[in-house]
Amino acid sequence: MRLLTHNMLASNVRGATTGYPLTLEATKWCTKEVELNADFIRGLLPKIDWRALVDATRALGLPELLPEEQPPEEEIFAEGAADVEGSAIRRIHHALLEVHVQEGSLVCPDTSRCFPINKGIPNMMLHEDEV
Amino acid sequence: MWYLCVFYHRLLDYRRPEVESLAELFAGPGGGESVEWRMPENHHVDSPFHLVRLPGDERLAAQVANRSLLVKGIYELWGHGTTYEELEKSVTEYPDERKLPFLTPESTFKIVIDSFGKVISSQEQNEIIESLTYIPFKGRVNLKKPDHKFFVMETDDYGSNNGLPPVVKRSIFFGREVGAADRHLLPTYQLKSRKYIGPTAMDAEMAFLMANQGLARPGKLVYDPFVGTGSILVAAAHFGAMTMGADIDIRVVRDGRGPDCNVWSNFEQYKLPEPLCLLRADNNLPPWRPGLKEMFDAIICDPPYGVRAGGRKSGGRKLIKGVKGPYTVPDEKRDNHIPSTAPYSLAECVHDLLHLAARMVVMGGRLVFFYPVLRGEDGAASPQFPEHPCFKLITSSEQILSFRYSRVLLTMVKVAPYTEEIEKMAAERHQEFRENHHKWMEEGNLHSAVFEPADGKPDRDSKPKYRGKYV
Repeated sequence: MRLLTHNMLASNVRGATTGYPLTLEATKWCTKEVELNADFIRGLLPKIDWRALVDATRALGLPELLPEEQPPEEEIFAEGAADVEGSAIRRIHHALLEVHVQEGSLVCPDTSRCFPINKGIPNMMLHEDEV
Repeated sequence: MWYLCVFYHRLLDYRRPEVESLAELFAGPGGGESVEWRMPENHHVDSPFHLVRLPGDERLAAQVANRSLLVKGIYELWGHGTTYEELEKSVTEYPDERKLPFLTPESTFKIVIDSFGKVISSQEQNEIIESLTYIPFKGRVNLKKPDHKFFVMETDDYGSNNGLPPVVKRSIFFGREVGAADRHLLPTYQLKSRKYIGPTAMDAEMAFLMANQGLARPGKLVYDPFVGTGSILVAAAHFGAMTMGADIDIRVVRDGRGPDCNVWSNFEQYKLPEPLCLLRADNNLPPWRPGLKEMFDAIICDPPYGVRAGGRKSGGRKLIKGVKGPYTVPDEKRDNHIPSTAPYSLAECVHDLLHLAARMVVMGGRLVFFYPVLRGEDGAASPQFPEHPCFKLITSSEQILSFRYSRVLLTMVKVAPYTEEIEKMAAERHQEFRENHHKWMEEGNLHSAVFEPADGKPDRDSKPKYRGKYV
């Protein structure tokens, strides 16, 4: 599960108010290289909940990866930024698309219902009594 | 500019929409609508020969042809006729300034004789090539890598069995190739050599056509809510799109048939970037956070409609003796509990899909999905398709699957933003649709209509010789 997915998911268990953001508990994760496409990131960024993304990187023990506040777009999409090691766009790309959680769970903030992540696939199905 | 567009003689309904979608993809918004079509004289729309006007220059025509699956080639038409004498007259009259730049002494060329619905022996082919002396070829012949390829294409009159529609008269075309399809994709991606497939895996050609209808390309995000073994996403990823998929069946998405035979391995097999996300979720209760919208550039899918595989959703109940109401899962069993599911009728499934797409597809993005239609019944010629106020249906392409039913590939484009009023209106339309299709929209009815024994033997002799959409 990429952190992009984590950013999009919420718990819809009965009794949850927003069910978002889910607390990420990862026991195993890795990085997988994905080709950087600046236009793709540009389209994606306005839809990302920055706070939840930063918290997810912290939960994985990567406090240095992203700053507390989202950098201004001029900085992220500055000419040639994609080619500079450690630039904002590279870090955002890495956080959103290259970090892959293999084992762990997503915990609903309202009900503490735990959604397991197994072999990289979050299981968002509800039990019969939760629908 | 007008071109001669020659199609493969298959999936007839899918051919023009594919060219229009690719024109949209390469020429930008409005490119698809600006495409115009004409038929050559004495040709029926089922014929492989069409005349097409594409926006932009020749490079665009080449791009369209190269990415297409059903275009055999796009040609600059230099002349045509019903006999070789007429062809000569027509080619001679074609302006020299269009012809001479391609006939220069420095260039290399090749002439190909092609035919449809007839066979031309190699001796006859040589005679045809030698008869073209009225064209002043100055360059050298190069059969392997020519700069310019010229085609003579001949069709016969409608005969008893040559696959041509009844109105076609013999015609001969001479053209210069501008671009041709790369069908090498198909042997590479064919299902029989794919590691992980399921009973309803989408065949490679159709999956590529769907990806073309969904305008898959680099920088775009494509979602399939019924991902199964990932056969549709493989095609989208081949064209450079980022992909995401969900399925209700965890065995299919997570486990597959082992560590080297699962959805991930299908992407590895073709050296494609793996999906950004696969998850197990129920399309009836999608797990997207409140306020999230317009995430996907396209949703491309084949919903389960209960003929080969039925849909499931959350909410079945475990019937335990004496227990009424939903089964309560004991705490110690919660971790590995597999929740039961309930059948998911087609009407509900399509409603959920349109609703999801209205919310999650970007403006101008596309929804591409299959929809089943019973044949030989009232209104089979113009079936009523599901509608949504956020979407405009741009094409519907029928593929006949059996005597009883076909599936239709619907391509819709999002034209209105998603608001609460829209949501309410959509629910009303859905209700209306559901009432009209009451008969076979419910679980199992479509299946039994398709597999019901026939009243008598279908009269085989009454079948027309020309097979049209059956190819």
